[in-house]
Amino acid sequence: MSELARESSTRRSARSAEPAPRASARGATFLGTPPFPTAAKAALADTQLRRNLAHATGTIRGKRAAVVAEVDNWEELRLAGAALKDRTLRHLDTYLTQLETALTKAGATVHWAGDAAEANRIVVDIARAHDTDEVVKVKSMATVEIGLNEALADAGITAWETDLAELIVQLGDDLPSHILVPAIHRNRSEVREIFLREMGRAGKPAPADLTDEPARLAAAAREHLREKFLRAKVAVSGANFAVAETGTLAVVESEGNGRMCLTLPEVLISVVGIEKLVPTWEDLDVFLQLLPRSSTGERMNPYTSMWTGVTPGDGPQEVHVVLLDNGRTDVLADEVGRQALRCIRCSACLNVCPVYERTGGHSYGSVYPGPIGAILTPMLRGVGHDEQVDSLPYASSLCGACFEVCPVRIDIPEVLVHLRSQVVDAHRGRPSLQGAAMKAASWMFGRSARTAAAEKLSGLGSRVLDRTVRRRAPGGRRALGSLPWPVSAWSDARDTPVPPPESFRAWWSRTDGGRR
Amino acid sequence: MNARDAILARVRTALRDVPRDETPADVEVPRLTAPVVPDPVGLFAERVADYKATVVRCTPAELPDRLAEALDGVGRLLVPTDLPPDLHPAGPELVADTHLPVTALDALDGVLTTARLGIAETGTIVLDHGPGQGRRAATLVPDLHVCVVRTDQVVGGVSDAVAALDPHRPQTWISGPSATSDIELDRVEGVHGPRTLHVLLVG
Repeated sequence: MSELARESSTRRSARSAEPAPRASARGATFLGTPPFPTAAKAALADTQLRRNLAHATGTIRGKRAAVVAEVDNWEELRLAGAALKDRTLRHLDTYLTQLETALTKAGATVHWAGDAAEANRIVVDIARAHDTDEVVKVKSMATVEIGLNEALADAGITAWETDLAELIVQLGDDLPSHILVPAIHRNRSEVREIFLREMGRAGKPAPADLTDEPARLAAAAREHLREKFLRAKVAVSGANFAVAETGTLAVVESEGNGRMCLTLPEVLISVVGIEKLVPTWEDLDVFLQLLPRSSTGERMNPYTSMWTGVTPGDGPQEVHVVLLDNGRTDVLADEVGRQALRCIRCSACLNVCPVYERTGGHSYGSVYPGPIGAILTPMLRGVGHDEQVDSLPYASSLCGACFEVCPVRIDIPEVLVHLRSQVVDAHRGRPSLQGAAMKAASWMFGRSARTAAAEKLSGLGSRVLDRTVRRRAPGGRRALGSLPWPVSAWSDARDTPVPPPESFRAWWSRTDGGRR
Repeated sequence: MNARDAILARVRTALRDVPRDETPADVEVPRLTAPVVPDPVGLFAERVADYKATVVRCTPAELPDRLAEALDGVGRLLVPTDLPPDLHPAGPELVADTHLPVTALDALDGVLTTARLGIAETGTIVLDHGPGQGRRAATLVPDLHVCVVRTDQVVGGVSDAVAALDPHRPQTWISGPSATSDIELDRVEGVHGPRTLHVLLVG
């Protein structure tokens, strides 16, 4: 184990008695996060977090709206993006083998990984073969999903995150909370503190006079990481797109850390989810327009790197591509949920989501937070086994803002509702309060005599309550306050109206339908 | 079964609902209407400058003077071995990139290259690392990148660029100097790539 990998793991265990959350065996969620409602309650109480998130998401929403409005044929682009991804997904086996052939012809080595453990083993073995105890990494959701950094650390290899936000998360021994900006929950002064405290332990320390100006913080990251870039032998990346026809991979980024990793080391390993494919080179046209405007709200991101296998004399001379399933074929098998695999990880849905803005990414306990995470995670992991995963499809008000902004038109509300029914189905057969109440209701409504008796009883109760209850619901109707358990689960957050003194049926027969 | 065959088998099982005789072309993709860009060169200059890069327009005759100004204060300048000789500036010491180690690149003050094309709509410079453009590391490690783009290399939109480019060549699309939005989603220029991008638009 390298000195720093060891230090990082002892640091974790020293800080708290409980192990730091890790990606679970199947990936996609962080072990130890409570179900969404519990996690959200704690997050809502954190006023600093809410301020940071409101500021950041507000900024990015404005920028996105401005650059999207500039494009006359934006809707056309969205339709084309969705259709191109559907074409790829409906013929994924064809495109995967086509990509494999093209990559191999271009000098790359193609590996296939069915799950996280397989993918991690492939990367670890390649790094070991080059006798290195460190790798530099470009920000990649797929590698967070499979828990690659932890697997490398277990093998004595330190993975250096080089994206600024990932660096903040890694140095702070923290978890990512946003797809694009994993440290969105941190403000500038928190970042300054983390840099001052932790940089020296991982390499070149931050300058002692570091301020919280973002430009100074970025400069500190430049200084800190440069020596790592210049000496690294092996780099690990993901890919935003993989062109089946040509074997071209694309990485879209801002800082130049991606270019450093993709260009300087001798060996490059790219972990690519099987949904990242696009059929042809020309198809990148659509996605290179959709992604930057939806993601960072820019006409184009500062740097996009594209490479096709090995280029003699330029960049890594040993190129590996790991094609990752890890639950994606389960998503593909769900005819309603399949559309989630169109996702290009822009994070526009997070930035517009009223739930995400208030609860933050950590509440989702998932590598993919926000609306897309609320559908992707349950499908990657499967529903019905884990209370936390099952809570995610409910982490939404179904307002539909996510669908409006999605550059590949994923109907997230549709999939959420579909998954809610799957969760309910998975729990069917177990006794529940709701089930018992529904059974009682069906018994009561099943015979008109029983219904009439119940109505009479309710009217009687109403006359008593009408005299005693002082509380009024909006609109002036008398309402009950908090009721005893188990009904309190309902009544604590809602007004329960006092039942009417007379039922409609009783009124109808008394007045002959209002004629008397 | 190996992982490859297992994954492909799972994909095929997952796609049972797709009719057997459906081809990729059967999934219709709407055609895009190409946006009309009336003054691509003017728009390119404006949009590159929006990213806080320096853009200077000049005639070929003025180029040597504009180059000298862009390279004022630069001691040692990296140049690709195949940079056209008429672009060799007077002033800085020129260091030809004969596969220098990266640590040597890091010790230089700047790099001068040409480009493959420019995209007006997005203010993007595309390098395909052909003649005059250097290998990928050359325009990455030094802190100043001076790039000469001819006006006849500017295309209107991303579609035009994709149509003109060869996917088998490595490509670097550059839109302004290195930047980050990672702290409070506020864009600041200057992280790992060149912190200064100076574009000379000639023609």
